[in-house]
Amino acid sequence: MRGQVHLWAAQRVSAVFLAVAVFVHLATIMLAVRGGLSAAEIVARLRGAEGWLAFYAVFALAAGIHGAIGMRNIAGEWLGWRGRGFDALWLGIGLLTAGFGIRAAWGLYHA
Amino acid sequence: MAQLKVRIQRGDGMAEYGVAARENQTVLDVVTEIQREQQPDLAYRFACRVGMCGSCAMEVNGVARWTCRTHVRKVAEDGTLTLRPLANLPVIRDLATDMTPFFDKWARARGQFQPKDAPNGAVPAEFAVVPPSSPKRQEADAGIECIGCGVCYASCDVVSWNPDYLGPAAMNRAWTLVNDVRDGGRRERLDAVAGDAGCHSCHSTQGCTERCPKNLDPSSAIAGLKRSIFWGVLAR
Repeated sequence: MRGQVHLWAAQRVSAVFLAVAVFVHLATIMLAVRGGLSAAEIVARLRGAEGWLAFYAVFALAAGIHGAIGMRNIAGEWLGWRGRGFDALWLGIGLLTAGFGIRAAWGLYHA
Repeated sequence: MAQLKVRIQRGDGMAEYGVAARENQTVLDVVTEIQREQQPDLAYRFACRVGMCGSCAMEVNGVARWTCRTHVRKVAEDGTLTLRPLANLPVIRDLATDMTPFFDKWARARGQFQPKDAPNGAVPAEFAVVPPSSPKRQEADAGIECIGCGVCYASCDVVSWNPDYLGPAAMNRAWTLVNDVRDGGRRERLDAVAGDAGCHSCHSTQGCTERCPKNLDPSSAIAGLKRSIFWGVLAR
């Protein structure tokens, strides 16, 4: 029970962060493409930028946590997928999602 | 006299009856008339007939209702009533459901008052004074008139998805006790209603609040439990 309460709290807290982060992400995209989109420009903005690295690392982590907990709830209600085995599966999927995002942010930081 | 068509679920099929359509008749009046005049072995449940006991709830044209306070003319569609037993509960026979899972969940949600002053069941020497205007008393008042009819439970999607889910009535009761300043079981009660089978699975679609014949708001009670547990977890 305690674990389930923490999952619920983690999903709400990650949602609060994502609400702001998605806005920042989209606004940045809209501003960045005004002069045309090029790989060189993206790399120039993100290489060595600790702020963007931190922002996207936390963003990816929040998205992984939020998405996996949500999928866990939906699968439990609609498919009856409940129990420790499935919890481990969703934990894996959440960490994998976050891992891909963090790897991308790290790659651009070091590009 | 105009006729009312009444379809009633019996076993796996639907039986059809015709009764006189009267100016003033409740759905329970109609079921009673059918049982007395046409189908003596029709099983259904009622007691007070005046909206106090909570035993006559059924599904009327797809919506769970207390049938003793539901006028036929307000719910009949094309002169037809379709009656089924309450959803989300095992059927004993015809329109009578087994309410055991419903009330077992009240016990699981720690719906019993646990007096703070008298943990051993002793009677306290003095009456507790709880000002009617105090916020906690008003919060408790908001949910205290539940008659245990099961309409909210039958109207809840989350119960249909997860048979272990406590349901709106049990958690409305728990919230009432959480706000009872004389009660000493707050911590255990909040633990009992937490998690996937408790308040954290509520989608706040408010089917319970929409359908409650007493106009209670179990959805807000569940939100209150979530709030209390969230800040309680942070404080621990």
